[in-house]
Amino acid sequence: MSGIWAWLTDPANWSGEDGIPHRTLQHLVISGEALLLAMIVALPAALVLGHFRRGGNVLIGVGNVGRAIPTYAAIVTFALTDQIGVGSLAVVLGLAVFALPPLLVNTYVAVTQVDKDAIDAAKGMGMTGRQVLGKVEVPLAFPLIFAGISITTVQVVATATFGALVGAGTLGLYITQGQSVQDYSEMYAGVILVAVLCVVLDRLLALVQRLIARRTGRPTVRNRRISAEEAATPIPVRVV
Amino acid sequence: MALLESVVSDLGPPNPWFSWDWVVANKSDLLTAVEQQVLITIAAVGLATIVSFPLALLARKFRRAESFILTLAGVLYTIPALALIAALYPLFGFSAWPVIVALTVYALVVLVRNMIVGLDGVPADVVDAARGMGFSPSRTLWRVEVPLALPAILAGIRIATVSTIGLVTVGYLVGYGGLGQIISYQFQLPIGRRGAVAAIIGCILLAVIADVLLLLLQRALTPWARRRRVATA
Repeated sequence: MSGIWAWLTDPANWSGEDGIPHRTLQHLVISGEALLLAMIVALPAALVLGHFRRGGNVLIGVGNVGRAIPTYAAIVTFALTDQIGVGSLAVVLGLAVFALPPLLVNTYVAVTQVDKDAIDAAKGMGMTGRQVLGKVEVPLAFPLIFAGISITTVQVVATATFGALVGAGTLGLYITQGQSVQDYSEMYAGVILVAVLCVVLDRLLALVQRLIARRTGRPTVRNRRISAEEAATPIPVRVV
Repeated sequence: MALLESVVSDLGPPNPWFSWDWVVANKSDLLTAVEQQVLITIAAVGLATIVSFPLALLARKFRRAESFILTLAGVLYTIPALALIAALYPLFGFSAWPVIVALTVYALVVLVRNMIVGLDGVPADVVDAARGMGFSPSRTLWRVEVPLALPAILAGIRIATVSTIGLVTVGYLVGYGGLGQIISYQFQLPIGRRGAVAAIIGCILLAVIADVLLLLLQRALTPWARRRRVATA
């Protein structure tokens, strides 16, 4: 226990390439790039599919099976592809693949849960399909869409730990390095750093969700009581 | 599959990502890995089911315990598997236990949540009717509430099982990763590609099989749910 504290407070571990600030930044940049990539692909597709209420079963099926794809194997597969190779690009792509199913399913479900009456009213006012999507469905679905993005963000940051395995650094490196040389102080320090980063991010995003709920007057996903039907439908949440 | 392979090999040089010959040549290694993956999954989900039930009952009995249990579970859920397995490894050493315990924790989160929601979803008048008929609280729980909550509970077990199958691979860290083992020990070699792809395909197949089996179990255990659906259709 004192060893972990000594490691965490050692100034040597707070500077340079292998320092905590640099590794944290690496961790967050890789996660951010992966999320951005996944969102560029998933959000427009899910919004359009949700608007037309098409392909829901396929999306949910893909989301459920996608849960079983080991992200670790996906990252290694990208790293072993000649055009990509070992490094942060492999991690970004692997994490993006991992983030796609939850983003697709959550966004799709969010759009389809928009009040039918509001959509009918918008159509009755003469709005085009595009206007209904942009001015009614997206704003009304926003709290749920954001909740899906939050869940995915925390999962992606947790999973970016695997970056250590394919030479992309990240905070996971302290865990794998410590484990391989049996330096438990370093390993546990890594575990604590990663866990704290994920929990803090999770709490922060929960706070933002609550602020959005207060502004829009709709309950957050966390505080909303979940119906029995919803609980009986597998939802896309996963850890790796 | 042999047909698929012959089609692929007719198209050009041997496929570096998937080869049926490679699968046949490494059959015993692959089977050992699959067996390990299945056993660890069953152990983790089984253990989580046993532990989560009393926790869910406790959470329903005391609402303050509910928010505590759900918050703690939420925090544990955000910890990466690599970190959790690493943290448990000095306690258990090189064995399957760090993997099983870590995956049990993740499965617990899904199961407790679904159990609480399932039990809360039981209509109050049904419970009142059971009590009115002279059912004791424990008999009400086992004969009325648990059966009615089964769809939600089994859905939780399905989610937990499918995600556990993918997560077992991280156990390679302590030498018990099921199909994750094929990824790691051939990582640096060119053949590593086949290992990684085989692990992905293997995990997806295992997940689909497990999901279908659990769906069938769910249908068998809750025939009334299907009958109702037929009646409304």
